[in-house]
Amino acid sequence: MIFLRRSGGPRPGVTDELALRVRLRPYRAVLASRARSQASYRANFALDLVSSFLAALVELAEVWVLFHAVTRLGGLEFHQILLVFGLADLAFSLADLAVGHCDNLPTYLRAGTLDVFYLRPQPLLLQLATSDITLRRLARASVGLVALIAGLAVNDIAWGVGAVALLVVALASGCATFAAMFVWAGALQFFLIDGAEMTNAFVYGGRYAATQPASVWSRPLKAVFGFFFPMAFAGFLPTLRLLDLPAPAWLPTWLGWCGPLAALWAWAMALLCWHWGVRHYRGGGG
Amino acid sequence: MRAMTRVYWRLLGAGFRRQSTYRLAALGGLVANTTFGLLKVAVLFATVRAAGGDVAGYDLGRMSTYIWLSQALLGSINLSGRTDIAERIKDGQVAVDFLRPLDVQAAEVTTAVGGALFALIPRGIPMLAIGGFVGMALPASPAAYPLSALSLLLGIVISVAAAYLVGVAGFWLVETRGPQICYMVVSGFLAGLFVPIQLFPRWLELTAQATPFPSMMMYPIDILAGRVGPAGALTLLAVQLAWLAAVGGLGQALTRAGRRHLEVQGG
Repeated sequence: MIFLRRSGGPRPGVTDELALRVRLRPYRAVLASRARSQASYRANFALDLVSSFLAALVELAEVWVLFHAVTRLGGLEFHQILLVFGLADLAFSLADLAVGHCDNLPTYLRAGTLDVFYLRPQPLLLQLATSDITLRRLARASVGLVALIAGLAVNDIAWGVGAVALLVVALASGCATFAAMFVWAGALQFFLIDGAEMTNAFVYGGRYAATQPASVWSRPLKAVFGFFFPMAFAGFLPTLRLLDLPAPAWLPTWLGWCGPLAALWAWAMALLCWHWGVRHYRGGGG
Repeated sequence: MRAMTRVYWRLLGAGFRRQSTYRLAALGGLVANTTFGLLKVAVLFATVRAAGGDVAGYDLGRMSTYIWLSQALLGSINLSGRTDIAERIKDGQVAVDFLRPLDVQAAEVTTAVGGALFALIPRGIPMLAIGGFVGMALPASPAAYPLSALSLLLGIVISVAAAYLVGVAGFWLVETRGPQICYMVVSGFLAGLFVPIQLFPRWLELTAQATPFPSMMMYPIDILAGRVGPAGALTLLAVQLAWLAAVGGLGQALTRAGRRHLEVQGG
């Protein structure tokens, strides 16, 4: 691989492009093989898609039954919470698709198979992130997408450049924030090992929180899931801004634009913990 | 007969002790369950307030009982459909289980119930302590306590015996991950894990009641939260017993049929 890079052409621009492509080639090969391997067990893959779809549908149903019992919750009605759910769940599903397999880290740690990653001349986190892609999670993303589209259709939105930009920013930064949650959780596994369930509190608890109207939270919850794990930025705050709804205490609507800051904070914490974790790792003794 | 009882008693104890070695895992579960509990409090209390203080028989006190009791039971009620037997069927070790002078279903269920009972200590008691600290509604009549304890035990056994059914599907399917995940998704929802089933629309509530899932978690909670009186509690216990008989009987039949169907590869 290194030889190929050095034997690139004499023109600098072409060399750079070629070098990048060569550098990405192993990751591409791994991802393509993973995708093919999942589709080859047809029956199992179909069932995986169904269960993934069902899981997301049940999550939507959990929100819907509450709004069936009462019409307004936390100042929002069902058609408004649909937008919160759509934004947050789509962002979570895409992050899950890309890096959700960081959840497998405790298994690698216990079995000592993580050592193999250390032997390869590529960054550990990048290898882990590209070691798999779970296509069945596309099915769960479809539920979030449909909820989002339905939410956009039924709500009265003042369409314009601002609204579109807000949606794009919210979705992209929501994705990045949830991806950071997975990496953050993975990093803590180096210390926890058997206590892997602990990080579910903010990864899956975070997903649950992100699809709720944050206005119902108590102050400690607002501090934890509003800011420390910035879950309100994924769906609730952009929706407030987009629909021009009244802001609850502690969560002014201009925060709807601050998704990128939340994503930056989450990634900074995730990478910091990741570096600690990697240094802490002592090997499986294999 | 006495020797047989002793064997199952030992299996119960072994399951209990096995769980007791995973202390850090219990701590992890505690943190996760508390977080989910607090989020449930926020959204469900808001629902009760939005409905004017009472929604489907739940006021704030009963909702609090529902939330913290359901969180307390999470470590003990098998809603995931994951079982040891599924693994042993897949790798063929179940052939050895069939050689033992024990009923395969009864042994598996007893061991799992032992583990579930242990889990009540590290995962259940702290949740109830939180509930007690923030305030929970408790039943007026003292008879509700023994009834809810019995209902709780039945709920645990039903959940374990139903998860066993997913495992023994492996006699025919070998790989049961797909059905197991479907089971996990559906069981939590219909057992009333995130929202009590009484808040569901009528058709969905009836659908849930046509499955064994509410017997695992919802009915014991209904009895302890005082949402039903002693007469209602006895009805719920009868429903639970019927589901236990159905799930247990089906498991026994599938185990026998699976034994005839079983092919173990290798020598």
